[in-house]
Amino acid sequence: MRPTPPVDARAGLDKLATYPYQLATWIDDTGYPVSVAVTATIDPAAGTARFAAPAGLTIPTSHDLSLTGSHIRPQPGYGYDERRHVTVWGPVLVADDGTVTLRAQSAWGWDEAEVPFFEYSERSVGKSRKYFDALSAERGTPVKPRLSFGFLTLRSTRLPFLTATLVPVALGILIAARQGSFDLVSALLTILGACFVHLGLNVSNDVFDTLQGADDANVTPTQFSGGSRVIQYGLLSLRQMAAISTGFYILAGLTGLALLGMRGSTALLVIGVVGIVVSLGYTAPPLKFVYRGLGELAVALGFGPFMLVGAYVVQTQGMLSWEPFAASIPVALLVALILYVNEIPDRRGDSHAGKRTLPVRFSRGTVIAGYNLSVMGAYAALVVSVAAGVLPIPALLMLFTVPLALQVSRGLEPNYDNPYGLMAVMGVNVRLHLAAGLALLAGYAIVLVAGAVAPGVDLFLG
Amino acid sequence: MSRMPDPVARLLESALVGELTVIDGRGRPVTYPLIPLWDGESVYLTSSALFSRKLEHIRGNPRVSLSITDPVAVGGATDRATIQGDARVIEDDPHGGWERLLPIWERKEPAIVSFLKARVALPLFFERALIEITPRRVLYWADGEAARPPVVTILGEEAA
Repeated sequence: MRPTPPVDARAGLDKLATYPYQLATWIDDTGYPVSVAVTATIDPAAGTARFAAPAGLTIPTSHDLSLTGSHIRPQPGYGYDERRHVTVWGPVLVADDGTVTLRAQSAWGWDEAEVPFFEYSERSVGKSRKYFDALSAERGTPVKPRLSFGFLTLRSTRLPFLTATLVPVALGILIAARQGSFDLVSALLTILGACFVHLGLNVSNDVFDTLQGADDANVTPTQFSGGSRVIQYGLLSLRQMAAISTGFYILAGLTGLALLGMRGSTALLVIGVVGIVVSLGYTAPPLKFVYRGLGELAVALGFGPFMLVGAYVVQTQGMLSWEPFAASIPVALLVALILYVNEIPDRRGDSHAGKRTLPVRFSRGTVIAGYNLSVMGAYAALVVSVAAGVLPIPALLMLFTVPLALQVSRGLEPNYDNPYGLMAVMGVNVRLHLAAGLALLAGYAIVLVAGAVAPGVDLFLG
Repeated sequence: MSRMPDPVARLLESALVGELTVIDGRGRPVTYPLIPLWDGESVYLTSSALFSRKLEHIRGNPRVSLSITDPVAVGGATDRATIQGDARVIEDDPHGGWERLLPIWERKEPAIVSFLKARVALPLFFERALIEITPRRVLYWADGEAARPPVVTILGEEAA
């Protein structure tokens, strides 16, 4: 974890000059610190700060004095903002007229306009580790930071991202149902198995990113990027996370075997095995797809065709058709774009750790153009598939999500270098995938209902 | 035993920010802005494990001071005070031990309760040690101006 950027004495004086008053602090003859608010005349070029000696108090010239500027604006209802403070240290001279001159030698401070609070906190995680290590050594027993079981589960598995699995699996099941194949038990097992693979992937991603230094190098994680951080924060150990990931993959494997037993087919076996390999190989050596700029492709395949066609194949007991493939293309592109946008704020840390993602490899303009082309590709694939009669007309409901795509596209440029500004854009991008998926599901629900109430109505073109 | 002068107690009760100064290993003063919590006897501050260097300094030298100087943080009041005292770090339970001060904290900063409910977002921030300051000497500037000498009050056993 990289430390907070240092402040040199000159920069400290520059900053100190912006405060309406300063706090002069020294150690008095009883050994306690004493502080007095003064108004200093600051000359950064000369490296000095001058102020009138406070009345009734003696300033020692034998050791350093500090001047501190502090600004915290209380905001009723949500805490504080505009937080900044700076301290400059140096030896002092006291003139006969009582003027005190501090010659600046060192400085320290924080300004949330330069280092946002979340980044400042992240840069301080090493300090927290040392704190708990020292406390553990002092007590002779491990003392660790904690979270409730529910919060820890939520955080370590990144549970909310399961929508990326639920959308394609549900769509595959619905497409099969439209074609007359539906089995409730195997449908539920498919959803469960796919969720286990996804959770195994999420947790193993943290394990391998930690082992390869990518998560440690990232000082600007957000709720959408940078991993769960539970290992970095000491909430769970690397070994515990590895065990959890293994557990999820074992459960996924067992569910897959059960499905093979119930609805077995060669296609399902191939999709299941390749899906698990791609999932593990996402960050795990030797494949490390995401480290080679292939993360988007792996995610597109895994959360597009593999999940969607896999769920379809379970229901149809091995039958393949173009319809689930066609439906998986926009879903695959939109889920890959979640990863793609989420990699933008991580690119500095990723680059540092040798994780050559697409935003690490390409320029800002190329990355944004890549987003625009891919998102247009998702809608184009939908329209072409409907026009070709492969997907039903109600699938065009997905076009109602175009405003969300535009919102993401427009938000990328102004927030490209601001991880926390990008958070809202990343949030919309996640919603775009979910909304598009729900629109496709709604389209198929319409087809199913129409098929039941008006069997003669054809909702496919051509 | 003298008690905390009323104007200083009022500042402590209202201050949303104070400046805690501790002494580092080199004997230098190091100042941190923190929210002071006053229970009528001791001044409490809390420190996240993330920003725990001040705790190391206090363990090395418990002599500290707390100043209240920013009129914005005390609702516009212009008087100022510095309280010198002895600090003790309480860290029996960094996860929840500090929450006993939550009622005082909430009175000053109601948002803290909702922040705490969302501790999953920033778990280490809410792993906190308590700093308990037993006040020894108080310097008070009624008009906040250092051009006039402060009123000095000795507290605790030294006043006997």
